[in-house]
Amino acid sequence: MVERVGEVIEASTADFVAQCYELYQIPPLGSLVKTKDQQLELYGIVYNAATTSLEPGRRPIARGREEKTEEGIYQTSPQLLKLLKSEFGAVVVGHRQDKKLYHYLPPTPAKIHSFVYQCSPQEIKEFGQSFDFLNILVNASLPVSSGELIAASLRQMSQTYEDPRAFLVAAGKELAVLLSGNLSQLKAILGRIKP
Amino acid sequence: MTENQRLGIVVSGSLGKGVEVRLDSSASVEDMVVGRFVTIEGQKRRFFGMITDVSLGVTDPALTVVPPDVSDPFTAEVIAGTGTFGTLHVSPSLVIGGDAATMLEGPQVVKTIPSHFSEVRLASQRDVELVFGTEDEKRFFIGTPLDMETKVCLNLEELVKRSNGVFGKSGTGKTFLTRLLLIGMLQKGTAVNLVFDMHSEYGWESRDERGHKVKALKQLFSSQVAVFTLDEESSRRRKVSTDFVVRIGYDEMEPEDIALLRQTLNLTDLAVEAVYQLSRRFGKSWLEDTLKLKGIDGLPEDLKIHESTLQNLQRGLATIVRLPFLMPHAPDNAVNRILEYLERGTNVILEFGRYTDITAYILVANLLTRRIHARYREAMERAIGDGTAQPRQLVITIEEAHRFLNPEVASRTIFGTIAREMRKYNVTLLVIDQRPSGIDSEVMSQVGTKITCLLDDERDIDSVLTGVPNKSELKSVLSKLESRQQALIFGHAVPVAVVVRTREYGSPQSYKDFLPKEAEKDIEKLWE
Repeated sequence: MVERVGEVIEASTADFVAQCYELYQIPPLGSLVKTKDQQLELYGIVYNAATTSLEPGRRPIARGREEKTEEGIYQTSPQLLKLLKSEFGAVVVGHRQDKKLYHYLPPTPAKIHSFVYQCSPQEIKEFGQSFDFLNILVNASLPVSSGELIAASLRQMSQTYEDPRAFLVAAGKELAVLLSGNLSQLKAILGRIKP
Repeated sequence: MTENQRLGIVVSGSLGKGVEVRLDSSASVEDMVVGRFVTIEGQKRRFFGMITDVSLGVTDPALTVVPPDVSDPFTAEVIAGTGTFGTLHVSPSLVIGGDAATMLEGPQVVKTIPSHFSEVRLASQRDVELVFGTEDEKRFFIGTPLDMETKVCLNLEELVKRSNGVFGKSGTGKTFLTRLLLIGMLQKGTAVNLVFDMHSEYGWESRDERGHKVKALKQLFSSQVAVFTLDEESSRRRKVSTDFVVRIGYDEMEPEDIALLRQTLNLTDLAVEAVYQLSRRFGKSWLEDTLKLKGIDGLPEDLKIHESTLQNLQRGLATIVRLPFLMPHAPDNAVNRILEYLERGTNVILEFGRYTDITAYILVANLLTRRIHARYREAMERAIGDGTAQPRQLVITIEEAHRFLNPEVASRTIFGTIAREMRKYNVTLLVIDQRPSGIDSEVMSQVGTKITCLLDDERDIDSVLTGVPNKSELKSVLSKLESRQQALIFGHAVPVAVVVRTREYGSPQSYKDFLPKEAEKDIEKLWE
């Protein structure tokens, strides 16, 4: 089942930002999400998530002094759920056009208010057939380290395969080639995806 | 490893130095051994070559400084073939497919190299067969390539047209190989052989290194082999049925026979010169007459020989006449008998029995060969003049060849002459030696096919590889041969240098395999 997780609120060629429908219902770091257009399906990997106040000038204040549990705060102040928002950014790593999957940037960015879905294991598996997306991740300039992001996404993708280790070894080999000049980063990633 | 497995791709190289092949991560560098055959699928042609070196590479030099943690199997698996990889050095030697010439005439010598990133695979049995042919009336199965079951066949008709060499350290299987070659020549009837059998190993059975009895030529091909002996007693003790006992008369000795022994008899140059003078003066009985001389007073007046020279010469000659097979007058002429047998197509093996010392060997081998050489030369010239049949191709086998063919004597001995020019007179040599560096380089360069077991002395290796185009590559192959049952064959009789595991010799089945199939059938027919 394909789960709808949010809606695009900011988009560029290389990435898009989506707001979650439910507070804290953020897809995990490194997971594969997609958004649809009429002709295009854009695939992105979640790289950053944030929960902030709806109004930029108003910061939340601490409310838990009288409460016994953290859930209690939300129960006594139900308006909080409406005053806060959860957002996540996804780096665009590929697209599908005319049913064909491409592991490179789409011709046009996502449209604002496009729905964002979490990909099914089937789709993740299909997407993982090619490691060309790793090149985009290696070269992307993101607020989180690309090593962390790559490791997270590979770990997640490997779960959809019957033999996660073989998948990770193959991915590792691709990374070894991509990062042949950057041994320390390669080592760091390998350390994080080690099954 | 499976046959025809993909190994990697060509990444660089040159025609002169061979090509570099980057191994796929699926192919382990430890499975690659030098001497193994590979094929390279170029864009237009198929190449055939041999692995001559294996090396390791890294994409990032930092890997060698700060090695990754390979105790973790995951990291090790990822790094293998990507960050670190194996490289093969392959020297392509033949084109075996793709162009018109190879389709019509079979494998061709390479004149180019495969293009970048051509696929490299292990050679299949079929490829090897295509290159070395199958066993037929000219080709003799000598062994199998490394890790393969295909037969490597020597073209014996081509082989016997030139002088050949079997080299290798002591105990590496030279005798076995020589026996195989002789059997091949007998089986295919490409040449008649004369073997100077220093250690009595080729005629009748001997023991291998493990002490097992192994049969030799006379036992396998009794009708085609005659055993001559210098030492009747030794032959009788070993229960060898000999055909002729060789005796040599003093009157058969010529000055040239003594000249060759200069080093072994410790003769001075002047003493050798004196031999010629004495022989001119005394004629056939010069040896006896010289020994009878009591000081220079007995010398005829016209001979100017210094006292010390005469003493030196007499000392040397005394060593010779102590050899029991020498006598004042031989009852029968050994040369005539040998030639008689050879003309009938019977192979002659001359056993030395107890007389394994080098003086006897050099003396006899040289003496007989010189006479045989002269007769062959005459016969050949007559054949050319009259247009009649040429004498049979003769192959003379000598051991300890460096004693005959070292730079000092090679220009003077008959063996040097045969190695250089006797191809034209249908006589060639099969030289067996453990110290090829002792052989004159001019002779060495004329050796057509070299069959080399393990050698480890640098100079020996260099000398064996004289005149070979891809010398440095074969060098690494040669020095890595196993010490038993492995040999590198290169030269005239094989299209490409090849490392073989020599064919089995010594079991009842192996003997059976040597005998011609027709004989078996004939015997079977008798029972029908």
